Amino acid sequence: MNFEAVIGLEVHAELSTKTKIFCACSTKFGAEANTQTCPVCLGLPGTLPVLNEKVVEYCLRAGLALNCQITDWSKLDRKNYFYPDLPKAYQISQSDLPLCRDGSLSLASGKPIRITRIHIEEDAGKLIHSTEGEGYSLVDYNRAGVPLIEIVTAPDLATPEEAVEFLEKLRRILIYLGISDCKMEEGSLRCDANISLKPAGTKQLGTKTELKNINSFKALGRALAYEIERQSELLAEEKTVKQETRKWEEAKQRTLSMRSKEEAQDYRYFPDPDLVPIELDPDYVAEIAAALPELPEEKKHRFIEDYHLPEYDAELITGSKYLADFFEAVLKHYCNPKAASNFIMGELLRLMGEEGLDPEDLKVNPAHLGDLLQRIDEGEISITQGKKIFERVFRTGASPEEIIQAEGLRQISDQTQLLIVVNKVIQDYPQSVRDYLGGKEKAAGFLIGQIMRETKGQANPQVIKGLLIEELEKMRQE
Amino acid sequence: MSVSEQELRQVAELVRLAFSEDELRVLVGEFNRILQFVAKLNAVDTTGVPPTVQGVKVKNRFRPDQVRPSLPRTEALKNAVAVKDGSFVVPQIME
Repeated sequence: MNFEAVIGLEVHAELSTKTKIFCACSTKFGAEANTQTCPVCLGLPGTLPVLNEKVVEYCLRAGLALNCQITDWSKLDRKNYFYPDLPKAYQISQSDLPLCRDGSLSLASGKPIRITRIHIEEDAGKLIHSTEGEGYSLVDYNRAGVPLIEIVTAPDLATPEEAVEFLEKLRRILIYLGISDCKMEEGSLRCDANISLKPAGTKQLGTKTELKNINSFKALGRALAYEIERQSELLAEEKTVKQETRKWEEAKQRTLSMRSKEEAQDYRYFPDPDLVPIELDPDYVAEIAAALPELPEEKKHRFIEDYHLPEYDAELITGSKYLADFFEAVLKHYCNPKAASNFIMGELLRLMGEEGLDPEDLKVNPAHLGDLLQRIDEGEISITQGKKIFERVFRTGASPEEIIQAEGLRQISDQTQLLIVVNKVIQDYPQSVRDYLGGKEKAAGFLIGQIMRETKGQANPQVIKGLLIEELEKMRQE
Repeated sequence: MSVSEQELRQVAELVRLAFSEDELRVLVGEFNRILQFVAKLNAVDTTGVPPTVQGVKVKNRFRPDQVRPSLPRTEALKNAVAVKDGSFVVPQIME
């Protein structure tokens, strides 16, 4: 029997606010353990949480960008469970009244994926597990109280590819909104997946498993593909799929049962009496909606319209907000968008790939690239030289002018200077000259090659070609 | 509304409280007396009254997103039962 997968995602994004959700501790990543804590986020008795206004604003930005309904009267609830990363033994979250509901995000195919809810909550601390047998774990509470939004989709995704595409699109939007840096490797974007199978063409839902510990886009695709295979095999043998949480094991490329849902947690949610309700003024929501930045799709269409970029270029460049901003910054200094896009997609992305660099870590000054492209257009340097110079610009951050000066790379277009080289080559290769005059036009190519060698590649190829042909034709007439 | 011994055992488990069977039997009786007492509120007609989630009539209390100094680490760790590498030590957590 053929099965279809039914997949839903739960995505957690750490918000890039300066302070935690309920206290004024810094959220900066990478600080020494337990140096960013206070009585509130340590859950000491007698403290009171106060909600960070930016957390509400950022969540609304996400909700509005994802076409959600905004809950005008909302509240925060306590989700109770015992775990050492949670100092209060409850997490402040939202249960029945999330800030945003009923949104959607469409895939490239046009298929809409419904977003059930987006709510705000606090992150837990970080547990550092000691090696087996030592009998203890270490806890760092720097992350406890860092604001999160949790985005939950309806089970509308049908394949691992759709799930990965959705997560990539979502990540791009959150970065464009400026509300999260979404670094999966630093844990600021996390994704759990629910997956079940059903016989192809039917509506009856199967038993789902929840996949955790997915640390990259690749892992999401692989974990889902693995789970589809595992569940299909069970169903094909008429065995039952157990409802459980499974952990993706990157090293072994498999999912493994963590805990059975039978002993289901009861979180005993109730409204947090320490926090007051959030009543949103429609004017405030409208203000946030009006101030939303340009989103990836809009930017892509604008690049196609305004810069006449092909869709492929526009899609690739707007794939990263940083790259799109870089492209537009180059255009402040250079006026041929297609040439700029070609150079970025070719040279820049190639070098970034070699160095394993992300667009946000680029050190190239966009004015330098604009200047370089301008020099190529004006014939001061050849395209080949331009690429060489750019590699230096990319690695050192120096300006093209500095590199051209230091390496003597300026293209020679001076006719008198080049004519001397042209005549030298004509004298050095009489056979090729005879071939050309005898009708073998290809011989001119060889001679141009020799001239380029003599000038160490600095000659302007257009100029030498003109000079060479002129000289050879003169010889024909003699 | 009432609770059974089994339900009480589950709640006790969730909040990590250990009771003997005798204690549980006493607690069930006490719990059910409290529930009966609160059940008197059911006599009130609440048609058209919105649910309450807060006892105070305050809303929208926010804090600006400005960093203030955190506790020095020695202070933060002062009440810990054990400390290692600047972190709280807890019994090993099995994944």
